[in-house]
Amino acid sequence: MILLIDLCHRLHSLGEDEFVRPIADIVEACGYQYKICHFTEWERVAGENIEAVILCGTPLKDNRFTEMTECFAWIQESPVPVLGICAGMQALILAYGGSIEENPEIGMTPVRCRVSDDPVFRDNEWTAYELHRFGTVPGGSEFIVLAESDACIQAVRHHTDPIYGGVQFHPEVRNTWVVERFLSTLVSH
Amino acid sequence: MKLGVLFSGGKDSVYATYLAMQKEEVSCLISLVSENDESYMFHTPNIHLTSLQAEAMGIPILEYTTQGIEEEELEDLKQAIARAVEQYDIEGIVTGAVLSVYQATRIQKICDALGLWCYNPPLWHIDQDWYMQTLIDEGFVVIVSGVFSAPFDETWLGRRIDHEALRLLRLYAVKYGITLTGEGGELETLVTDAPFSGKIVALTSESVYANYNGRYCIQTAEVRDK
Repeated sequence: MILLIDLCHRLHSLGEDEFVRPIADIVEACGYQYKICHFTEWERVAGENIEAVILCGTPLKDNRFTEMTECFAWIQESPVPVLGICAGMQALILAYGGSIEENPEIGMTPVRCRVSDDPVFRDNEWTAYELHRFGTVPGGSEFIVLAESDACIQAVRHHTDPIYGGVQFHPEVRNTWVVERFLSTLVSH
Repeated sequence: MKLGVLFSGGKDSVYATYLAMQKEEVSCLISLVSENDESYMFHTPNIHLTSLQAEAMGIPILEYTTQGIEEEELEDLKQAIARAVEQYDIEGIVTGAVLSVYQATRIQKICDALGLWCYNPPLWHIDQDWYMQTLIDEGFVVIVSGVFSAPFDETWLGRRIDHEALRLLRLYAVKYGITLTGEGGELETLVTDAPFSGKIVALTSESVYANYNGRYCIQTAEVRDK
Protein backbone atom coordinates (compact mmCIF):
# COMPACT_ATOMS: atom_id res chain seq x y z
CA MET A 1 0.00 0.00 0.00
CA ILE A 2 1.32 3.41 -1.01
CA LEU A 3 0.04 6.39 0.98
CA LEU A 4 -0.57 9.49 -1.12
CA ILE A 5 -0.71 12.67 0.95
CA ASP A 6 -2.85 15.49 -0.46
CA LEU A 7 -1.28 18.83 0.46
CA CYS A 8 -4.02 21.03 -1.01
CA HIS A 9 -5.69 23.69 1.13
CA ARG A 10 -8.74 21.58 1.90
CA LEU A 11 -10.03 18.03 1.68
CA HIS A 12 -11.44 16.98 -1.73
CA SER A 13 -10.47 20.16 -3.55
CA LEU A 14 -10.09 20.43 -7.30
CA GLY A 15 -6.35 20.30 -6.61
CA GLU A 16 -6.71 16.69 -5.50
CA ASP A 17 -7.90 15.78 -8.98
CA GLU A 18 -5.03 17.65 -10.57
CA PHE A 19 -2.12 16.73 -8.33
CA VAL A 20 -2.99 13.52 -6.49
CA ARG A 21 -5.05 11.45 -8.89
CA PRO A 22 -2.39 11.39 -11.67
CA ILE A 23 0.12 10.07 -9.12
CA ALA A 24 -2.43 7.47 -8.03
CA ASP A 25 -2.75 6.36 -11.64
CA ILE A 26 1.04 5.85 -11.91
CA VAL A 27 1.12 3.96 -8.61
CA GLU A 28 -1.74 1.73 -9.71
CA ALA A 29 -0.11 1.08 -13.09
CA CYS A 30 2.99 -0.10 -11.20
CA GLY A 31 0.91 -2.74 -9.47
CA TYR A 32 0.48 -1.08 -6.10
CA GLN A 33 -2.65 -0.28 -4.17
CA TYR A 34 -2.89 3.22 -2.75
CA LYS A 35 -4.73 5.28 -0.21
CA ILE A 36 -5.22 9.04 -0.34
CA CYS A 37 -5.07 11.06 2.86
CA HIS A 38 -5.24 14.83 3.41
CA PHE A 39 -2.16 16.21 5.17
CA THR A 40 -4.24 17.38 8.13
CA GLU A 41 -5.46 13.82 8.70
CA TRP A 42 -2.20 11.88 8.49
CA GLU A 43 -2.71 10.45 11.98
CA ARG A 44 -5.81 8.64 10.69
CA VAL A 45 -3.71 6.21 8.66
CA ALA A 46 -0.72 5.88 10.98
CA GLY A 47 -0.09 2.23 11.74
CA GLU A 48 -1.66 0.91 8.55
CA ASN A 49 0.36 -1.33 6.25
CA ILE A 50 2.10 1.47 4.36
CA GLU A 51 5.11 0.63 2.18
CA ALA A 52 5.96 4.17 1.11
CA VAL A 53 4.57 7.69 1.25
CA ILE A 54 4.29 10.19 -1.60
CA LEU A 55 3.62 13.83 -0.70
CA CYS A 56 1.82 15.31 -3.70
CA GLY A 57 1.83 18.80 -5.22
CA THR A 58 -0.60 21.71 -5.00
CA PRO A 59 -1.83 24.52 -7.28
CA LEU A 60 0.51 27.48 -7.70
CA LYS A 61 -1.45 29.64 -5.24
CA ASP A 62 -2.01 26.90 -2.71
CA ASN A 63 0.69 27.17 -0.05
CA ARG A 64 -1.38 26.71 3.11
CA PHE A 65 0.68 23.64 3.96
CA THR A 66 3.73 25.85 4.57
CA GLU A 67 1.92 27.42 7.55
CA MET A 68 1.16 24.03 9.10
CA THR A 69 4.56 22.40 9.38
CA GLU A 70 3.47 20.55 12.52
CA CYS A 71 1.47 18.30 10.20
CA PHE A 72 4.74 17.02 8.71
CA ALA A 73 6.71 16.36 11.89
CA TRP A 74 6.15 12.62 11.37
CA ILE A 75 8.38 12.62 8.26
CA GLN A 76 11.65 12.56 10.22
CA GLU A 77 10.51 9.42 12.03
CA SER A 78 8.88 7.71 9.07
CA PRO A 79 9.76 4.00 8.97
CA VAL A 80 9.08 3.84 5.24
CA PRO A 81 10.49 5.77 2.24
CA VAL A 82 9.05 9.19 1.51
CA LEU A 83 9.00 10.98 -1.85
CA GLY A 84 7.94 14.62 -1.94
CA ILE A 85 6.66 16.14 -5.18
CA CYS A 86 6.82 19.94 -5.59
CA ALA A 87 4.85 21.14 -2.54
CA GLY A 88 5.69 17.75 -1.07
CA MET A 89 9.40 18.41 -1.45
CA GLN A 90 8.93 21.80 0.19
CA ALA A 91 7.11 20.17 3.11
CA LEU A 92 9.91 17.61 3.39
CA ILE A 93 12.60 20.28 3.52
CA LEU A 94 10.60 22.35 6.02
CA ALA A 95 10.15 19.26 8.22
CA TYR A 96 13.93 18.93 8.40
CA GLY A 97 14.45 22.56 9.39
CA GLY A 98 15.23 23.90 5.95
CA SER A 99 13.41 26.79 4.33
CA ILE A 100 11.68 27.86 1.13
CA GLU A 101 12.22 31.01 -0.87
CA GLU A 102 10.28 32.62 -3.70
CA ASN A 103 11.64 31.15 -6.91
CA PRO A 104 8.77 30.61 -9.36
CA GLU A 105 8.92 28.42 -12.45
CA ILE A 106 6.02 27.61 -14.79
CA GLY A 107 6.20 25.26 -17.79
CA MET A 108 8.68 22.87 -19.36
CA THR A 109 12.20 23.52 -18.06
CA PRO A 110 15.63 21.86 -18.61
CA VAL A 111 16.84 19.94 -15.55
CA ARG A 112 20.39 18.65 -15.11
CA CYS A 113 21.43 15.70 -12.97
CA ARG A 114 24.32 16.24 -10.50
CA VAL A 115 24.99 12.65 -9.45
CA SER A 116 25.73 9.29 -11.07
CA ASP A 117 24.93 6.77 -8.35
CA ASP A 118 21.27 7.40 -7.58
CA PRO A 119 18.63 4.66 -8.00
CA VAL A 120 16.11 7.12 -9.43
CA PHE A 121 18.15 9.80 -11.22
CA ARG A 122 20.30 8.13 -13.87
CA ASP A 123 19.80 10.50 -16.83
CA ASN A 124 22.10 13.45 -17.49
CA GLU A 125 19.40 15.94 -18.50
CA TRP A 126 15.68 16.04 -19.13
CA THR A 127 12.88 18.55 -19.55
CA ALA A 128 10.44 18.78 -16.68
CA TYR A 129 7.07 20.45 -16.04
CA GLU A 130 7.41 23.09 -13.35
CA LEU A 131 4.60 24.74 -11.42
CA HIS A 132 5.80 26.29 -8.19
CA ARG A 133 6.02 29.61 -6.38
CA PHE A 134 8.77 28.55 -4.00
CA GLY A 135 12.08 26.75 -4.28
CA THR A 136 13.78 24.95 -1.40
CA VAL A 137 16.84 25.74 0.70
CA PRO A 138 17.82 22.56 2.55
CA GLY A 139 19.28 23.27 5.97
CA GLY A 140 22.63 21.81 7.03
CA SER A 141 24.06 18.87 5.10
CA GLU A 142 21.28 16.32 5.48
CA PHE A 143 20.26 16.44 1.84
CA ILE A 144 22.28 15.69 -1.27
CA VAL A 145 21.33 17.77 -4.31
CA LEU A 146 20.57 15.37 -7.14
CA ALA A 147 19.40 17.73 -9.86
CA GLU A 148 19.03 21.44 -10.59
CA SER A 149 17.46 23.84 -13.08
CA ASP A 150 18.77 27.33 -13.76
CA ALA A 151 16.40 28.64 -11.09
CA CYS A 152 16.59 26.20 -8.22
CA ILE A 153 17.19 22.73 -6.77
CA GLN A 154 15.06 20.15 -8.58
CA ALA A 155 15.74 16.95 -6.65
CA VAL A 156 17.23 16.00 -3.31
CA ARG A 157 17.95 12.79 -1.42
CA HIS A 158 18.38 12.38 2.31
CA HIS A 159 21.99 11.38 3.00
CA THR A 160 21.14 8.40 5.18
CA ASP A 161 18.46 6.88 3.04
CA PRO A 162 18.73 6.81 -0.77
CA ILE A 163 15.00 6.63 -1.37
CA TYR A 164 14.03 9.44 0.95
CA GLY A 165 13.81 12.71 -0.89
CA GLY A 166 11.90 14.97 -3.21
CA VAL A 167 11.52 16.55 -6.62
CA GLN A 168 10.53 20.13 -7.31
CA PHE A 169 9.10 19.39 -10.76
CA HIS A 170 5.94 17.44 -11.55
CA PRO A 171 6.85 13.92 -12.69
CA GLU A 172 3.23 13.11 -13.51
CA VAL A 173 3.69 15.29 -16.60
CA ARG A 174 6.03 13.54 -19.05
CA ASN A 175 8.41 12.17 -16.41
CA THR A 176 6.49 9.33 -14.79
CA TRP A 177 9.77 7.40 -14.58
CA VAL A 178 10.55 9.26 -11.34
CA VAL A 179 7.63 7.66 -9.52
CA GLU A 180 8.10 4.33 -11.30
CA ARG A 181 11.79 4.10 -10.31
CA PHE A 182 11.02 5.26 -6.77
CA LEU A 183 8.50 2.44 -6.43
CA SER A 184 10.91 -0.07 -8.01
CA THR A 185 13.34 0.58 -5.15
CA LEU A 186 10.85 -0.74 -2.60
CA VAL A 187 12.20 -4.14 -1.59
CA SER A 188 8.93 -5.37 -0.13
CA HIS A 189 7.07 -5.51 -3.45
CA MET B 1 -14.41 29.58 -4.30
CA LYS B 2 -15.92 31.41 -7.27
CA LEU B 3 -14.45 30.10 -10.51
CA GLY B 4 -14.72 30.85 -14.21
CA VAL B 5 -14.44 27.99 -16.69
CA LEU B 6 -12.66 28.54 -20.00
CA PHE B 7 -15.41 27.25 -22.21
CA SER B 8 -15.36 26.15 -25.85
CA GLY B 9 -18.51 24.04 -25.89
CA GLY B 10 -16.53 20.88 -26.59
CA LYS B 11 -16.54 17.81 -24.38
CA ASP B 12 -13.52 18.80 -22.30
CA SER B 13 -14.77 22.19 -21.16
CA VAL B 14 -18.31 20.90 -20.58
CA TYR B 15 -17.05 18.00 -18.48
CA ALA B 16 -14.66 20.34 -16.62
CA THR B 17 -17.65 22.56 -15.83
CA TYR B 18 -19.66 19.56 -14.63
CA LEU B 19 -16.94 18.37 -12.26
CA ALA B 20 -15.95 21.85 -11.06
CA MET B 21 -19.59 22.49 -10.11
CA GLN B 22 -19.42 19.50 -7.77
CA LYS B 23 -16.59 21.05 -5.71
CA GLU B 24 -16.72 24.81 -6.18
CA GLU B 25 -19.03 27.60 -7.35
CA VAL B 26 -18.88 28.10 -11.11
CA SER B 27 -19.79 31.77 -11.44
CA CYS B 28 -19.34 32.14 -15.18
CA LEU B 29 -18.16 30.56 -18.39
CA ILE B 30 -15.55 32.41 -20.45
CA SER B 31 -15.63 31.86 -24.19
CA LEU B 32 -13.11 33.28 -26.64
CA VAL B 33 -14.59 33.58 -30.09
CA SER B 34 -11.67 33.31 -32.51
CA GLU B 35 -11.92 34.84 -35.96
CA ASN B 36 -9.09 32.52 -37.04
CA ASP B 37 -10.20 28.96 -37.91
CA GLU B 38 -6.64 27.74 -37.30
CA SER B 39 -6.41 29.22 -33.79
CA TYR B 40 -3.55 27.76 -31.73
CA MET B 41 -5.34 28.17 -28.45
CA PHE B 42 -9.04 28.23 -29.00
CA HIS B 43 -11.49 25.72 -30.33
CA THR B 44 -13.46 27.19 -33.24
CA PRO B 45 -16.23 25.02 -34.80
CA ASN B 46 -19.64 26.06 -33.46
CA ILE B 47 -18.11 28.45 -30.92
CA HIS B 48 -21.17 30.65 -31.58
CA LEU B 49 -23.28 28.05 -29.77
CA THR B 50 -21.59 28.54 -26.41
CA SER B 51 -24.16 31.14 -25.36
CA LEU B 52 -26.94 28.60 -25.96
CA GLN B 53 -25.02 25.98 -23.99
CA ALA B 54 -24.58 28.46 -21.14
CA GLU B 55 -28.32 29.15 -21.22
CA ALA B 56 -29.00 25.41 -21.09
CA MET B 57 -26.71 25.11 -18.06
CA GLY B 58 -28.06 28.20 -16.33
CA ILE B 59 -24.60 29.75 -15.99
CA PRO B 60 -23.70 33.30 -17.16
CA ILE B 61 -21.23 33.50 -20.03
CA LEU B 62 -18.66 36.13 -20.95
CA GLU B 63 -17.88 36.08 -24.67
CA TYR B 64 -14.75 37.82 -25.93
CA THR B 65 -13.74 38.11 -29.58
CA THR B 66 -10.13 37.50 -30.59
CA GLN B 67 -8.55 37.75 -34.03
CA GLY B 68 -6.76 34.52 -33.21
CA ILE B 69 -3.23 35.67 -34.01
CA GLU B 70 -0.68 33.45 -32.29
CA GLU B 71 0.65 34.95 -29.05
CA GLU B 72 -1.62 38.03 -29.44
CA GLU B 73 -4.57 35.81 -28.59
CA LEU B 74 -2.94 35.16 -25.24
CA GLU B 75 -3.27 38.85 -24.43
CA ASP B 76 -6.92 38.60 -25.52
CA LEU B 77 -7.38 35.68 -23.15
CA LYS B 78 -5.85 37.71 -20.33
CA GLN B 79 -8.20 40.59 -21.07
CA ALA B 80 -11.19 38.25 -21.13
CA ILE B 81 -10.25 36.71 -17.79
CA ALA B 82 -9.65 40.16 -16.27
CA ARG B 83 -13.10 41.21 -17.44
CA ALA B 84 -14.61 38.09 -15.85
CA VAL B 85 -12.92 39.00 -12.57
CA GLU B 86 -14.54 42.43 -12.73
CA GLN B 87 -18.00 41.20 -13.71
CA TYR B 88 -18.30 37.98 -11.72
CA ASP B 89 -15.77 38.42 -8.91
CA ILE B 90 -14.09 35.12 -9.72
CA GLU B 91 -11.01 33.99 -7.80
CA GLY B 92 -9.79 31.39 -10.24
CA ILE B 93 -9.98 29.67 -13.60
CA VAL B 94 -10.71 26.09 -14.61
CA THR B 95 -9.43 24.74 -17.90
CA GLY B 96 -10.03 21.54 -19.79
CA ALA B 97 -6.47 21.25 -21.02
CA VAL B 98 -6.20 17.44 -20.70
CA LEU B 99 -2.75 16.65 -22.13
CA SER B 100 -1.76 20.00 -23.60
CA VAL B 101 1.24 21.38 -21.74
CA TYR B 102 1.25 24.21 -24.31
CA GLN B 103 -2.19 25.38 -23.24
CA ALA B 104 -1.74 24.64 -19.56
CA THR B 105 1.49 26.59 -19.24
CA ARG B 106 0.15 29.69 -20.92
CA ILE B 107 -3.04 29.76 -18.90
CA GLN B 108 -1.11 29.19 -15.68
CA LYS B 109 1.10 32.19 -16.48
CA ILE B 110 -1.89 34.41 -17.22
CA CYS B 111 -3.59 33.42 -13.96
CA ASP B 112 -0.35 33.96 -12.06
CA ALA B 113 -0.04 37.47 -13.51
CA LEU B 114 -3.63 38.21 -12.48
CA GLY B 115 -3.26 36.68 -9.03
CA LEU B 116 -5.84 33.98 -9.75
CA TRP B 117 -6.08 30.31 -8.89
CA CYS B 118 -5.75 28.03 -11.90
CA TYR B 119 -7.06 24.50 -12.06
CA ASN B 120 -6.28 22.17 -14.92
CA PRO B 121 -8.34 19.42 -13.52
CA PRO B 122 -10.47 17.52 -13.52
CA LEU B 123 -9.09 16.40 -16.87
CA TRP B 124 -5.38 16.85 -16.43
CA HIS B 125 -3.71 13.61 -17.49
CA ILE B 126 -6.89 11.64 -17.07
CA ASP B 127 -6.99 8.12 -18.50
CA GLN B 128 -8.31 8.80 -22.01
CA ASP B 129 -10.24 5.57 -22.45
CA TRP B 130 -11.89 5.89 -19.03
CA TYR B 131 -12.78 9.49 -19.80
CA MET B 132 -14.43 8.77 -23.14
CA GLN B 133 -16.32 5.82 -21.69
CA THR B 134 -17.47 7.92 -18.75
CA LEU B 135 -18.84 10.64 -21.01
CA ILE B 136 -21.00 8.06 -22.75
CA ASP B 137 -22.05 6.28 -19.56
CA GLU B 138 -23.00 9.52 -17.77
CA GLY B 139 -25.22 10.67 -20.61
CA PHE B 140 -23.20 13.40 -22.30
CA VAL B 141 -24.27 13.79 -25.91
CA VAL B 142 -20.97 14.54 -27.65
CA ILE B 143 -20.98 14.99 -31.40
CA VAL B 144 -18.06 15.41 -33.78
CA SER B 145 -18.03 18.99 -35.04
CA GLY B 146 -14.74 18.89 -36.91
CA VAL B 147 -12.28 16.34 -38.31
CA PHE B 148 -8.73 17.27 -39.20
CA SER B 149 -6.79 14.09 -39.92
CA ALA B 150 -6.90 10.65 -41.52
CA PRO B 151 -8.76 8.32 -41.31
CA PHE B 152 -11.85 10.37 -40.51
CA ASP B 153 -14.25 10.49 -43.45
CA GLU B 154 -17.32 12.65 -43.96
CA THR B 155 -19.59 10.28 -42.02
CA TRP B 156 -17.91 11.40 -38.80
CA LEU B 157 -19.21 14.94 -39.12
CA GLY B 158 -22.18 15.36 -36.78
CA ARG B 159 -21.79 11.80 -35.51
CA ARG B 160 -22.51 11.15 -31.84
CA ILE B 161 -19.68 9.55 -29.90
CA ASP B 162 -21.44 6.44 -28.66
CA HIS B 163 -20.13 2.97 -27.86
CA GLU B 164 -19.68 2.06 -31.54
CA ALA B 165 -17.88 5.33 -32.32
CA LEU B 166 -15.60 4.82 -29.33
CA ARG B 167 -14.83 1.29 -30.54
CA LEU B 168 -13.71 2.74 -33.87
CA LEU B 169 -11.71 5.48 -32.19
CA ARG B 170 -9.84 2.84 -30.20
CA LEU B 171 -8.99 1.04 -33.45
CA TYR B 172 -7.86 4.29 -35.06
CA ALA B 173 -5.71 5.09 -32.02
CA VAL B 174 -3.84 1.82 -32.51
CA LYS B 175 -3.67 1.89 -36.32
CA TYR B 176 -3.20 5.60 -37.01
CA GLY B 177 -1.81 6.88 -33.74
CA ILE B 178 -4.60 9.39 -33.08
CA THR B 179 -5.31 10.46 -29.52
CA LEU B 180 -8.55 8.93 -28.28
CA THR B 181 -9.82 12.27 -27.03
CA GLY B 182 -8.82 14.29 -30.11
CA GLU B 183 -6.43 16.29 -27.98
CA GLY B 184 -3.87 16.04 -30.77
CA GLY B 185 -6.18 18.12 -32.96
CA GLU B 186 -7.56 15.16 -34.93
CA LEU B 187 -11.15 16.06 -34.13
CA GLU B 188 -13.26 18.63 -32.36
CA THR B 189 -16.48 18.04 -30.49
CA LEU B 190 -19.66 19.79 -29.43
CA VAL B 191 -21.84 18.83 -26.47
CA THR B 192 -25.56 19.14 -27.14
CA ASP B 193 -26.81 17.52 -23.94
CA ALA B 194 -25.40 16.86 -20.49
CA PRO B 195 -26.75 15.46 -17.21
CA PHE B 196 -26.77 18.89 -15.57
CA SER B 197 -28.24 20.97 -18.38
CA GLY B 198 -31.05 21.37 -20.84
CA LYS B 199 -30.35 20.15 -24.34
CA ILE B 200 -29.47 21.94 -27.56
CA VAL B 201 -31.53 20.96 -30.57
CA ALA B 202 -30.10 21.77 -34.00
CA LEU B 203 -32.65 23.31 -36.36
CA THR B 204 -30.38 23.79 -39.38
CA SER B 205 -26.86 22.59 -40.04
CA GLU B 206 -24.34 22.01 -42.80
CA SER B 207 -21.15 20.03 -43.33
CA VAL B 208 -18.10 20.92 -45.37
CA TYR B 209 -15.54 18.18 -46.04
CA ALA B 210 -12.51 17.48 -48.23
CA ASN B 211 -9.32 15.42 -47.78
CA TYR B 212 -9.81 14.34 -44.17
CA ASN B 213 -10.64 17.88 -43.19
CA GLY B 214 -14.16 18.98 -42.43
CA ARG B 215 -16.53 20.81 -40.19
CA TYR B 216 -20.09 20.22 -39.05
CA CYS B 217 -21.67 23.56 -38.29
CA ILE B 218 -25.00 24.04 -36.56
CA GLN B 219 -26.37 27.24 -38.03
CA THR B 220 -29.50 27.61 -35.92
CA ALA B 221 -30.48 25.84 -32.72
CA GLU B 222 -32.60 26.22 -29.63
CA VAL B 223 -32.54 25.14 -26.00
CA ARG B 224 -35.15 22.66 -24.82
CA ASP B 225 -35.86 21.46 -21.30
CA LYS B 226 -35.73 17.74 -20.61
